[in-house]
Amino acid sequence: MAAAVKGSKPLLSVKGLTASAGDLEILKGIDLEVFPGEVHAIMGPNGSGKSTLANVLAGRPDYTVTGGQVLFEGQNILKLEPEIRARMGLFLAFQYPLELPGVRAWQFLKAGVDARRVHNHEEEMSAREFDQMLKAKVEQVQIDPDLVKRAVNEGFSGGEKKRNEILQMAVLEPKLALLDETDSGLDIDALRIVADGVNLLRSPENAVVLVTHYQRILDYITPNHVHVLFDGRIVQSGGPELAHELEEKGYDWIKDAVDVGV
Amino acid sequence: MTSAPAKYAHYFADFQSLVQGPGAGAPNWLKDLRDTGWSRFNETGFPTARRGNERWKYTNVGTIAKTDFGLAGGPTPANSSKALAPSYRMEGPSVFDLVYIDGRYSPDLSSPAAPSNGITAASLASIASDSKFSLEGQIGRYAPPDDDGFAALNTAFLYDGAYIHVADGHSEKVLVRLSYTTTDGTGPKITHPRTMIVAGQNTDITVVESYSGPKDNVYFTNAVTEISVGAGAHVDHYRLLLEGEKAFHVGTNRVNQERDSSFSSASFALGTALARNDLEVLLDGPGAYCSLNGLYLTADNQHIDNLISIDHAQPHCTSRLNYKGILDGRSRAVFGGTVLVRRDAQKSDAEQTDKNLVLSKQAEVDSKPSLLIYADDVKCSHGATAGHIDADTLFYLRSRGLDLDAASRMLVQAFASEIVDKVQLEPLREYLGALFSAAIPNKSLPVAEAR
Repeated sequence: MAAAVKGSKPLLSVKGLTASAGDLEILKGIDLEVFPGEVHAIMGPNGSGKSTLANVLAGRPDYTVTGGQVLFEGQNILKLEPEIRARMGLFLAFQYPLELPGVRAWQFLKAGVDARRVHNHEEEMSAREFDQMLKAKVEQVQIDPDLVKRAVNEGFSGGEKKRNEILQMAVLEPKLALLDETDSGLDIDALRIVADGVNLLRSPENAVVLVTHYQRILDYITPNHVHVLFDGRIVQSGGPELAHELEEKGYDWIKDAVDVGV
Repeated sequence: MTSAPAKYAHYFADFQSLVQGPGAGAPNWLKDLRDTGWSRFNETGFPTARRGNERWKYTNVGTIAKTDFGLAGGPTPANSSKALAPSYRMEGPSVFDLVYIDGRYSPDLSSPAAPSNGITAASLASIASDSKFSLEGQIGRYAPPDDDGFAALNTAFLYDGAYIHVADGHSEKVLVRLSYTTTDGTGPKITHPRTMIVAGQNTDITVVESYSGPKDNVYFTNAVTEISVGAGAHVDHYRLLLEGEKAFHVGTNRVNQERDSSFSSASFALGTALARNDLEVLLDGPGAYCSLNGLYLTADNQHIDNLISIDHAQPHCTSRLNYKGILDGRSRAVFGGTVLVRRDAQKSDAEQTDKNLVLSKQAEVDSKPSLLIYADDVKCSHGATAGHIDADTLFYLRSRGLDLDAASRMLVQAFASEIVDKVQLEPLREYLGALFSAAIPNKSLPVAEAR
């Protein structure tokens, strides 16, 4: 497990974040600090707001932020378009990756890489350089090379789509990766491949926020911190042992604890 | 045929000049056919969107009827250099180019097939009188003048066009490029291009038929194409509508397929104030297969009407109909697709879809796919969609760093690529890809409500 770099500044700092979808308030005040090198697991029952949190951080237009702030490397990103956040190094692995008929994976990924490079005042990558890089990443995350030749996610199985998200993450090399239930619906082999991919990309400089319903993936990715989200708030935080506790007791005890005002 | 209502007087004058002038040397069967065409047009005139006329329900051709189009004169040294034929490359031993300027064949710009070894690719006017081609009874067989006013008018003015014939069993692949170009000049011009393609048994023909003209002139192309696909033959037919922005185009296409033949068509349309693409395919032999594809991109006040009909007249035939439209501005697209499965056409397999991507709030789509099934053992499906770019998909692209414009563009291009990618000829595919890519408007697009 990569240890947090002591004394460094937080990569992500969320304070009092509230957000709604339409008239429905979903996030009711989230505080979260993520340092470089850390993996945070956000757990919670269905409807607790954990997916919303990941999507709000990535800038999904379906949600309205009603309060609080989100600093990414010290900069408030809440007013920034999702593409700007992506270019700054934020990545969201989708719970339901979309199929893009007619869009080749190559074209899609290169556009993303180039957008980030231009944002950082770098030259676009040459086709050849990109080819070599992509080939290396395909090997690294052990994805079927044929999938990269096809249209993005078109006709892919659920597991292939999730693996493709991990490939995209590997290619885009984000500073902060938000994984929105990337583990859901995966069999144990696919889960292991996804987890291996995440572990491979862990470094002292970047961080991962893993949104998950199940403890299962945490057998393969050891988090530094586990947070329990319930009704739009983080109601409990702890170390990896908290995930095991949830696994044993389920989420009901959290509900009970919240109900009695603990 | 000796008179005409006042509103068609100028057509009648042009008709008389043709039959007494350049068309006077035609064989009798052709003269008779023209007369039949004229009397038919004289009776019916241009179609109107009156009640009950389903074929013209959403398309008003009033502007065509009201404009005094004069018969274009044909190539001169001055206008030949203005030919706006598409500029993609086609090479090979059996590649032929037939170029038409203002409705007439231009020998200078063409490379016809030498009249030997089973291939004919020639100007209709030059061979109409030659009995060895036995055009009598062929021309007008699948597109008779009584189809509608436009086909009748084309037949009345039948003079030049293309005749492509590949004899039974000729195994070599044949490629023919037909370019019909209208040039600028004074007054609105009309041309009546006529194409006949006859693929003998077990032959393999590719024909690229393109129509183009000046950007700012009002003109009218009234084309008729007849295609006969012999048993076991394969015909790849591309139709490129690259007309000017003020042009009118009506294309009547009739295809007849025999046993185990296959016919693939791809129709690409850009520009054109008003375009009508009327395509009927008769699957007239067991085991026939057709794949009809289309891609249209409209803007401003443009109007495109695709009327496609497939007749499963025999058992064990398969048809695929896949049209896609990209609409911007206040443009309008009409799609009428009919798949008819006759009572004896068991084991028919038919799919039809029409999908439209709407890039503005004012554009409009009227899509009516329909199935008429009289056999009981068939597999048929149909569907039509029209909508804006999907919000979730757009967010997916943006979350990878693409801005709104780049993401929209990538999605529109991807939408078009499904049809462009079906083009088998690589230079043509690249040419069309670039053409459509350049035509995609650069702007932020309206987005569909998220799920």
